[in-house]
Amino acid sequence: MPQSIPADSAGIVTPQTLHFDQPLTLACGRTLNAYNLVIETYGSLNADASNAILICHALSGNHHLAGYHSIEDKKPGWWDSAIGPGKPIDTNKFFVIGLNNLGGCHGSTGPQSSNPETGKPYGPDFPIVTVTDWVESQVRLADRLGITQWAAIIGGSLGGMQALQWSIDHPTRLRHCMVIAAAPKLSAQNIAFNEVARQAISRDPDFNEGHYYEAGKVPKTGLSLARMLGHITYLSDDGMREKFGRELKAGKIGYDFTPQFEVESYLRYQGERFSTAFDANTYLLMTKALDYFDPAAGYGDNLAKALKPARCKFMVISFTTDWRFSPQRSQEIVDALMEAQKSVTYAEIDSAHGHDAFLIPNPRYMDIFSAYLQQVAADLPNVTQEVL
Amino acid sequence: MRADLDIIEEWITPNSKVLDLGCGDGELLAGLKQKKNVSGYGLEINHDNITACIEKGVNVIEKDIDNGLASIKDDSFDSVIMTQALQVMHRPDQIIDEMLRIGKECIVTFPNFGHWRARGYLAFRGKMPVSKFLPYTWYNTPNIHFCTFKDFENLCVERNIYILERTVVDNEHKHHWSIRLWPNMLGAIAIYRITK
Repeated sequence: MPQSIPADSAGIVTPQTLHFDQPLTLACGRTLNAYNLVIETYGSLNADASNAILICHALSGNHHLAGYHSIEDKKPGWWDSAIGPGKPIDTNKFFVIGLNNLGGCHGSTGPQSSNPETGKPYGPDFPIVTVTDWVESQVRLADRLGITQWAAIIGGSLGGMQALQWSIDHPTRLRHCMVIAAAPKLSAQNIAFNEVARQAISRDPDFNEGHYYEAGKVPKTGLSLARMLGHITYLSDDGMREKFGRELKAGKIGYDFTPQFEVESYLRYQGERFSTAFDANTYLLMTKALDYFDPAAGYGDNLAKALKPARCKFMVISFTTDWRFSPQRSQEIVDALMEAQKSVTYAEIDSAHGHDAFLIPNPRYMDIFSAYLQQVAADLPNVTQEVL
Repeated sequence: MRADLDIIEEWITPNSKVLDLGCGDGELLAGLKQKKNVSGYGLEINHDNITACIEKGVNVIEKDIDNGLASIKDDSFDSVIMTQALQVMHRPDQIIDEMLRIGKECIVTFPNFGHWRARGYLAFRGKMPVSKFLPYTWYNTPNIHFCTFKDFENLCVERNIYILERTVVDNEHKHHWSIRLWPNMLGAIAIYRITK
């Protein structure tokens, strides 16, 4: 619990649920006739609806970007370091929107929701959703809120992939696109890690082929293993050495299989916590969305060709020790944008925090973020008119 | 604006595509964008410079030029510019080859090590020249490949590189009649426009 809400916090925020009843046909061919999206907003939309920024979340993220839901909350939203009054994404200037994507487990329609055809939770029957599907659902969200053009769409990791997809699918609907710690598609190694995570979940006896809600069980073991594995890929060798080294909990080796190294108990704790806070079916869906993301696939594997329709300006950021989506993967995006003659800026931030670095404030990262967001602010149509 | 940048600006065609290698704080590109509607990118490694570019709205890519420009396709740019950075490159000859591969034309500026002050310093003091403009000592200088105008022009001959234009200026980046007379002795900085 915060002693008091900090002055640069987005403060106490309340999510809203929006219902959509225009059917959405998904990439897999199936249709969602109706669905809910949970959103959270910060700041206020200006008169010409030009100052809206969409934040797309990564694998385990959600709509709760910043601030607190109540004074009792232990932690603020997942990107509180970057969003708030006076912060890089300044809520005094921008209207910031976070949402929980379709298939999520934080209130938007997903595997836990009731399937109208059966009256039971969808469970494993929830359709596989892709990044392009999410973008389409976000377009409808923009329409609902009266936003014809986003000032910026920003995302890290899987969130960055959504931002990139927006620039291709709806070029006129965003002015800036920030793609942070992302990749143009997953590598075989990335997919391999996802597959082990999925196997860990689906082989848990409590998984019950995804129908675990009815049994009142949760595949905790599988989900916590998946999270432990994922967590290792979010950290870096340097970062783990710095944080845990070979520290022993009891100060000496025990010659048994109980967790003795600090890193072991840390991972067990992270896995355990996640396994009760997240939904296993959603985890499976999110990893599939990652695996399937490949905007160049329809363009002869030529990313520059795929990006040709884009009209926005791009900012791409990577982190030196990120090996999940390494700087080279961001450079592939930058190279393609340069080849396609798009406006692009790229920075590679020194950090020991691996892939997680995109969530962790770091002076240079925040400086660059602020400097770029000032350009986003300068490109607001009403500001331009004042200058002219 | 620096006078050498003024000269470069005159050589750039309006609406062309420009790549500035070692673009610094983005002054040249910002000016070119504003005055000549040029589109392009700057490559830079200095963190403060990168932030300064972003603040100017200049497209800057964090990239170490010494690691190569292989990801950039042939003839991608109308002009590739490198101001006062050739001497810090590990292999200036390879960089020039790469610049000529990705650009239809290149503009290169570098300090003249054949300038009379440098010659005098070495001749009379017996030490590597240190000056207001080249303030480093031999062991900590980033300037690892000094050359004179003659050296550079010899390289151009060896590699069949055409020199389209050359302007030589003093340390204040100004022309002077005497420099035109004896550039390799009296000129401090040369600005070359070259092509394949």
